[in-house]
Amino acid sequence: MDMNQYLDMFIEESKEHLQSINQNLLQLENDPDNIQIVNEIFRSAHTLKGMAATMGFEDMASLTHEAENVLDLIRNHKLRINSDIMDIIFQSVDLIEGMVYNISEGGNGTADVSGPVAKLRAIVNGDLDAIKETGGTEQAAKQAVPDESLAAGTSRHYMLDDYALTVMKQSKETGHNLYWLQVELREDCILKAARAYMVFDQLEAHGEIIKANPSVEDIENERFDNSFEVVYISKSGAEEIRQAIESISEIHQVHIETIDLTSPSHEEVSHARQEASAAAEQTVERKPAVEQQGAASSNKKVSTGKTIRVDIERLDVLMNLFSELVIDRGRLEQLARESGQPELQETVEHMSRISGDLQSIILTMRMVPVEQVFNRFPRMVRDLAKELNKKVNLEIFGAETELDRTVIDEIGDPLVHLLRNSIDHGIESPEKRKQSGKSEEGTIQLKAYHSGNHVFIEVRDDGQGINKEKVLKKAIERGIVGAATADSLSDKQIYELLFSSGFSTADVISDISGRGVGLDVVKTKIESLGGSVSVDSKQGEGTTFLIQLPLTLSIISAMLVQVENEKYAVPLSSIIETAVFRPDEIMTAHRQKVIDFRGRVVPLVSLKEIFQIPDSGQKKEDEVAVVIVRKGEKMAGLVVDSFIGQQEIVLKSLGKYLVNVFAISGATILGDGQVALIIDCNALIK
Amino acid sequence: MLEQTEIVGEVKVIVFRLKDEEYGVEVGQVKSIERLTHITRVPRTPDFVKGVINLRGVVTPIIDLRSRFGLEEADHTESTRIIIVSVGEVEVGLIVDAANDVIDIPVDAIEPPPEVVGGVEAAYLRGVAKLEKRLLILLNLDKVLTPEEMKQLDGLEG
Repeated sequence: MDMNQYLDMFIEESKEHLQSINQNLLQLENDPDNIQIVNEIFRSAHTLKGMAATMGFEDMASLTHEAENVLDLIRNHKLRINSDIMDIIFQSVDLIEGMVYNISEGGNGTADVSGPVAKLRAIVNGDLDAIKETGGTEQAAKQAVPDESLAAGTSRHYMLDDYALTVMKQSKETGHNLYWLQVELREDCILKAARAYMVFDQLEAHGEIIKANPSVEDIENERFDNSFEVVYISKSGAEEIRQAIESISEIHQVHIETIDLTSPSHEEVSHARQEASAAAEQTVERKPAVEQQGAASSNKKVSTGKTIRVDIERLDVLMNLFSELVIDRGRLEQLARESGQPELQETVEHMSRISGDLQSIILTMRMVPVEQVFNRFPRMVRDLAKELNKKVNLEIFGAETELDRTVIDEIGDPLVHLLRNSIDHGIESPEKRKQSGKSEEGTIQLKAYHSGNHVFIEVRDDGQGINKEKVLKKAIERGIVGAATADSLSDKQIYELLFSSGFSTADVISDISGRGVGLDVVKTKIESLGGSVSVDSKQGEGTTFLIQLPLTLSIISAMLVQVENEKYAVPLSSIIETAVFRPDEIMTAHRQKVIDFRGRVVPLVSLKEIFQIPDSGQKKEDEVAVVIVRKGEKMAGLVVDSFIGQQEIVLKSLGKYLVNVFAISGATILGDGQVALIIDCNALIK
Repeated sequence: MLEQTEIVGEVKVIVFRLKDEEYGVEVGQVKSIERLTHITRVPRTPDFVKGVINLRGVVTPIIDLRSRFGLEEADHTESTRIIIVSVGEVEVGLIVDAANDVIDIPVDAIEPPPEVVGGVEAAYLRGVAKLEKRLLILLNLDKVLTPEEMKQLDGLEG
């Protein structure tokens, strides 16, 4: 059967479930007695197992299955969580994550799961210590296998309450048969809920359903994988029931087992189950009162039920169409103004307002909360801190801040880099922190917030701060700055050296950071997204990295300038400021025209010369209009004839024919319908 | 040659004028024919690239076909047209002196191009169609629009 059409969905959903497992595991680590969390994890793992099995990823399914067994024991209070168990579960989740990644890269998702599987089984059998001592997973695995299969055979959990058990006992006495049914729908079944309903209908015609798993409500809402389980009382024989169900189309297969009520484990299980659900109820009741945040997040979960998945390409098309509308709007506004007809002006004004609203809706549709990226960090920080024997507390603020989907996809790696950097270089060891009078546990704050047309992401640690002398020494060693210029650098400029390529200040080259490729990669990546990154630090108190990102990549703010008869757009993100200079303020150094801008010598670039713009014969003002642009620390002044003004422009590509045009990054369409080219300032600054 | 005679079919072409010759491009490759509008010059591109226009929201590069073929450029007149053609993913507009006809050419009327026709190199041509009193030069657009070709020219010029 061709599964490819479901593969994307599988990968996407697997990631979501893994994410939620990771998150819940971290919570569980801090609150090990909260069965509610275990239940959440169990549910995710269960779904994951079902999906993996359906898609034929056996290794993933079997590993998830073992993890599920452990979780089941925990949630039924048969096992207490300790850090060893947590670690093994974390390892398993990592392995599963690896498989999902492998699958998404086109692999077949196979991996050697024997190690974790053996460990998980050992947990189930209660001899984890043994396995840890011998270290030989193989042997233990062999031992564990028969035990496990035995256990699985006898203790199927029907999850029945006392009432159901009484009913079943009575039914048994009156000559009814008790069955456990597992109905599996075909994988390509479209209307799962409808099929399930037909199954229920058939069953009810011949007997009575005691319990369904997932619940009837979930089944009605199609919240189940391809199979569901039913505890059922009927006078009919098993074969009869099987035939009745198999007569319904799109049923893959039916498992029927007769329930033996004499088995003692049921009572126990049901008892444990009751306790568990009681505990769960308690936590549910307590939650809203205690934590507002918890309530908010669960609200969010409800609302996600009403979302639809849309291909990002469709949103791109919508965005493109809309940007055309924006251009026409500009033109219409201009025409209406010129016509002087009040009715027309009014209508156009109204239309502008509506299209403004439309614009914000379309832009927000492409927006995703940065949470998506942040979610994986707590786990990463935990692992890293453990590895480095440091104590680190990650605080996340503003995870709900939204960014364009394209930016979200790209921002993950740079942030990982910065966080690693903070943990490795920033936060000191607990002993050292104690000595300097700090708490043993270091804190890293990850903050995201909106400001104007930008989103800021801040990575702040309360570690040792940047050692300026060390940075300078290293920079001189590596030839990044000359010893002579080093003295004249400001603190800020010294910190910026961290972003130069081939720089690393770690005393010992560790696995985590300090491989020489580092912050410069972060900087390049962020600049390619139209953003910027800066760093600030206080010796002994900590370091803050600040990333500034544009809200969206398709509409940007730009300054329109005129040179002779041509108009160009300069992205606002690379402009420092615009200024007007008198001719006598322009100096020459090494046959290059320069100006003095706030004490810095800035070279002038004549757009007319560099773009070979034909002379229009217009008389020039004496004063020279200059747009000061920057590329990192370097600056240049673009000489133009006049500034037209600031404007929101829609980015357009020049098409496939004109590629690699010098110093032009794209084009936009102005209100008068003409095309203006967008200047790529990076190419103009050497 | 045998194959050519066997295929009895017709090709629909758009006919345009460049200097004194008539040229044809297959209708399938033509997206539209436009009147001359404002062209925004793109700096540091070969001379025959006249710039880009706003074609209903799509920024489209414009090539002056005369200068592309090394013919002397002429002033634009009332009859000057831009033929928007698309080959693969590349979409460009070609400035021609006039575009005024759509005709069907029998495939067997197409002959391979001679070395040079009307000053245009054979590499850019697909063939020559002889029709009663007209001589129609069929363009090989893939060749005309190769970006590699453009880079080469770019290199030569400076």
